[in-house]
Amino acid sequence: MTTSDKDTERAVSVPEKPGAPGTTPSHDAVTFSGDIGATNLREAAHSYIAKVRGGDPGALPALFGLVVLVISFSQLSTHFLTVGNLANLTGQAGPTIIIAMGLVFVLLLGEIDLSAGTAGGLCAATMAIVLTKNGDLHAQLGGGTYGAACLAMFCGLVIAVWQRLWLAAATVALGMVVMFTHLGAHVWIGMFLAIATGVGIGCIVGWLVANVGIPSFVVTLAFFLAWQGVILQYEGKGGAINIGPFYPVIAIAHRNVNDIVGWIMYLVAIGGYALVTITRSVRRRSQLLSAEPLSLVYWRIAVLAVVGAGIVYLLNQNRQPNSEGTAIEGMPWVVPLIIVLLVGLTLLLTKTRFGRHLYAVGGNPEAARRAGIDVRRMRVAAFAIAGALFGLGGITLASYTGGVPLDIGGGNTLLYAVAAAVVGGTSLFGGRGRIRDAVLGGVVIAMIPNGLLLKANVNAAFQYIITGGFLLLAASVDAIGRRRQST
Amino acid sequence: MADAPILALRGINKSFGAVQVLHDVDFNVFPGEVMALVGDNGAGKSTLVKCVGGIHPIDSGMIEFDGKTVTIHGPRDAAALGIEIVYQDLALCDNLDIVENMFLGRELRHRFTRKLDEATMERRARDTLTSLSVRTVKSVRQVVARLSGGQRQTVAIAKAVLWNNKVVLLDEPTAALGVAQTRQVLDLVRRLADNGLGVVLISHNMNDVMEVADRITTLYLGRVAAEVKAADVSYSQVVELITAGRTGDIGLQPATAAESA
Repeated sequence: MTTSDKDTERAVSVPEKPGAPGTTPSHDAVTFSGDIGATNLREAAHSYIAKVRGGDPGALPALFGLVVLVISFSQLSTHFLTVGNLANLTGQAGPTIIIAMGLVFVLLLGEIDLSAGTAGGLCAATMAIVLTKNGDLHAQLGGGTYGAACLAMFCGLVIAVWQRLWLAAATVALGMVVMFTHLGAHVWIGMFLAIATGVGIGCIVGWLVANVGIPSFVVTLAFFLAWQGVILQYEGKGGAINIGPFYPVIAIAHRNVNDIVGWIMYLVAIGGYALVTITRSVRRRSQLLSAEPLSLVYWRIAVLAVVGAGIVYLLNQNRQPNSEGTAIEGMPWVVPLIIVLLVGLTLLLTKTRFGRHLYAVGGNPEAARRAGIDVRRMRVAAFAIAGALFGLGGITLASYTGGVPLDIGGGNTLLYAVAAAVVGGTSLFGGRGRIRDAVLGGVVIAMIPNGLLLKANVNAAFQYIITGGFLLLAASVDAIGRRRQST
Repeated sequence: MADAPILALRGINKSFGAVQVLHDVDFNVFPGEVMALVGDNGAGKSTLVKCVGGIHPIDSGMIEFDGKTVTIHGPRDAAALGIEIVYQDLALCDNLDIVENMFLGRELRHRFTRKLDEATMERRARDTLTSLSVRTVKSVRQVVARLSGGQRQTVAIAKAVLWNNKVVLLDEPTAALGVAQTRQVLDLVRRLADNGLGVVLISHNMNDVMEVADRITTLYLGRVAAEVKAADVSYSQVVELITAGRTGDIGLQPATAAESA
């Protein structure tokens, strides 16, 4: 309690406080002095340090890991800090980041989804079949498998309707329409079906966890295995499916945004961010509500603007290694895709009642239940949203590999995604996590194989050992932070 | 103070399987008064509170609120009437801040954008804490995990006040608190009643009860031993009511008391 007393004194002594000098400060001002909060960078830094010491390290471990990795890999290989490798990194990190975003929703509730990777793979396989078999799932799968798939989607639909998750219900229902009508090899429809499949799967997993009461670890472990079998069944004797000719899908990882368009996107994103954060800070300050100091807001915008500009600029350079080849330049489409997801999902989590309730259920399900929140519905909803993101992650993965191999989404996909979320700062104990974590952590995790593989004589074993070490380190930071918070 | 109870329970019976936990319980809460509900472990205090809160359905009996007979089927019904229960284990989310906890499940939103209306919520939370003369909370944007036990209890009680509730039931609010924090919470309990609410205080601490309560209802093995004015009884009489079900002329008849046991 001594630190908070000090904070109070500091806040009271700040000259900008309401209540003119000479008069006794008003009652509110003294009581809630902490709300007026830090008024300059020094104090903001102080309160940030206090927060970190209080057990909430935020993005620090991920940023620290990023710096360490960049420094060591740039020593290891001269290729690491090249424009071409930066572009490669976006493609490698993309699927991990998007699947990790889905996992953030699940981890927020203190649950886990071990089937994230293979569920995403199954979604991608579904899409690939729609694309290559002219929309006819039935012909490729055969009657039994097709019937089972339709039944599973129907179960997902029933669960979504029962839990009053209308958006999920509409998505699954439209997905079923796509399955029945054989609309042809339309790429957007194929991608939609992949996401709808993810939502359907998510509803079923959520129902098994929330309503039947099986621990999510077990449910999703079972599905982790089962989906691998389903993917084999789906792809049949044909083996891996090539999706190279299907433009929007392959474009996610392998086509680039036009230079000018890239800069326009950058300006819109940074400008929008600046506008929103500055007006919020000014408005809240004028209403005497808790607000961050403007200088901190400016600094954050400046740092983001510089980093963003640097990335856009570098990705807009020609990275064609062959001096006679056609120019390769611009950001891969996966970059704006991730930015859009980052902004949209962050708004969902922080600005809506739904997001608030998710955090509440993760923090204390009993308190949430007593506050009138339908905890089961929230659980199913979280798994459904996660399922949609796994589907999207599966599409991105297929885009990066240029096809859907039989083991898509297996192997390290899940572990990398979990590691990404946790390294980024999402707690495994529920209640704490942001979409941002998935992005930061995803970059760190993708950087490890990226950097190590640039050096020819590095044993592949190190890739696994280092990634595992990072995950363990991040989980320890999480656990220790949690212990600090509870004491 | 007022003569008509805001909340009145008449002849409540409640069994769990073969075990009858509440026998014909009558219980009154008056506006502007603190009604203490005391009894030994297993006397049925928590069950009674949960019946009022809609967590347990009652087997038979009547609940009157503000003079009208009401039925309470669930926590939402109780909340809709203006009955709020502050549970022993507080039911706060550690990962949310004070404002978020106080408005949990009833967040205010902007009319068109459906975005959370943080400004109004923060202001109202602060006004409520101010109206209760809470001086111990530094910032309403603190995460609850970093609050002391007394501050947490304060937040839980303030949450109950925020919604213009008419009756607040406090289940052992001082059980886990130190001396100074108990003082703060008891002051807060008194101020709730002074603001016109009907307050029910469940406590094992007779000092707290005698200090802050206007009336005392004693439960003895699922029956009401007595409802007395705090001023009319002594500390030892209350203890006797709790342990034996009767003291002097007050309390259960020996036959009834024996039957319950």
